[in-house]
Amino acid sequence: MSPIYLPEGLPSPVPARDQLDEPFWSSLREERLMLQSCQACGRWQWGPEWICHRCRSFNLTFRPLEPHGLIYSYERVWHPVHRSLKDHGPYLIVLVEIPHADGVRLVGNLLGDPLQEVRIGQPVRGVFEHHRSAVPPFTLLQWMAA
Amino acid sequence: MQRTLRGQAAVVGLGQSACCRYGDSPLPEIRLTLEAVLNACADAGVEASEIDGFSSYGDDRSEGPRLAAALGCRELRYSNLVWGGGGGGAAGALQNAAAAVATGLAECVVVYRGLAQGQFGRFGRGSEAQEVRGEAAHTVPYGLMSAPHLFAMKVMRFMHQHRIERSALRAISMAAYYHSQNNPRAIMRGRPLSEAAYDEARWIVEPFRLFDCCQESDGAAAMIIVAAERAPDHPHRPCYVLGAVSGAPYRSQARVHNMPDYASSHFRTVAGRLYAMAGLRPDEIDVLQCYDHFTGCVLMAMIDHGFCSPESANEFFTFDRLIAPAGLLPLNTSGGNLAECYVHGLTLMTEAVRQIRGDSCNQVPGAEVSMMIAGAMATPVSCCILGAASTV
Repeated sequence: MSPIYLPEGLPSPVPARDQLDEPFWSSLREERLMLQSCQACGRWQWGPEWICHRCRSFNLTFRPLEPHGLIYSYERVWHPVHRSLKDHGPYLIVLVEIPHADGVRLVGNLLGDPLQEVRIGQPVRGVFEHHRSAVPPFTLLQWMAA
Repeated sequence: MQRTLRGQAAVVGLGQSACCRYGDSPLPEIRLTLEAVLNACADAGVEASEIDGFSSYGDDRSEGPRLAAALGCRELRYSNLVWGGGGGGAAGALQNAAAAVATGLAECVVVYRGLAQGQFGRFGRGSEAQEVRGEAAHTVPYGLMSAPHLFAMKVMRFMHQHRIERSALRAISMAAYYHSQNNPRAIMRGRPLSEAAYDEARWIVEPFRLFDCCQESDGAAAMIIVAAERAPDHPHRPCYVLGAVSGAPYRSQARVHNMPDYASSHFRTVAGRLYAMAGLRPDEIDVLQCYDHFTGCVLMAMIDHGFCSPESANEFFTFDRLIAPAGLLPLNTSGGNLAECYVHGLTLMTEAVRQIRGDSCNQVPGAEVSMMIAGAMATPVSCCILGAASTV
């Protein structure tokens, strides 16, 4: 089993009941990042929605893209707010901007030393973190300094 | 016909329940709410049976129709809840109530909020559910799972972009704690905050230390709203609604942290509409209550309301400026969410009214124009300006 960044026991992500983001979660399990793209105007969109906010087309699809980007903002969390995080220590959450996908943003953790210096604008690359023994199994997209 | 809400409605009654630390209330949330409503009725000199409208926000669990039945209200004519689970809607609930009485939809509307976090879950805790779906699926598994986490990400970028110093956040926190020492209702009364205690407090989530974060409380508050022409019939000095607006700029609720203007209080367009409605400028505000869930959100909301620029914020935010009675802009004069109690900001609104009545525990002498800004970043956000009869 590969190491995971935060302790087991946090809630597992599952697709929305209307299946809007199902392709995102299933592609992560295959180590691919797929985000929503409009087939009418060709632009990227995230978070997922049933309509393109630019051209109002319903003709949206999920397309693969390279998981790398820039740190748009970050936060170092010290106070645990979940029983699984008790006594775990600080951890880093980053908001990553994907310049090659119209600047859409994704939330993830910054792997490595939780006390590392973090710089807004710093390049990062994606790392797939599998939770295969979870029920149901899932994969998270994490980030490392590029 | 002039299409404006300005001067058409007034706040004539204020009520609160006892407020305490989350989990300490022996009374259920709806019971606290009923007490706050009855106290507001008594303050306004109206019978509970006369209330014909209920207006709330923040997913309040005590629905207007149930309260109307419980209180034996003769007829329910108006019942309204602002969308969104956050404290951004407090002045939106006032806006809706004021619009209802101004247009004759109802005669006597109560704006209320009851919140017993000890009974229904704390905003400062993460979900203990097995699974998360929807937007939460894209944040919670990474440990972004409580209110401070949601807002710290925006404040961090804003502070980075504009080189905001911690001393600016400290002034906001210290002003609230300072004011709470004179407030018999304040949970933090008797617990003054020093600069050293602020600076040395533990981190919650960077850039917030402990005293940058509000309390979690059990309590309720309520206000009675009537049409302006009826205001002089009530016992207290009337407090008129000079402006009350709500909303959000372009795509402020874009999901998973994808709002275009990210490092923002989301008041940018809303604030301009408030000043236009009231016919006032920031330098004409005598006293300000600004929803303090987190100090950084207060700073960003005040900048978006034109009290200072991002570039001048480090000089603007000083303790001396922010305290009553002599500061240039007294802020959160009851102690706010940080130090009075956390009822989703409605106690900041009741304090804004008290300043116009002239009976605040930290009264700003001669205050005639009083402003309240509801929860920044929790869209739809809202804000209001209240005034004495001389301002209408």
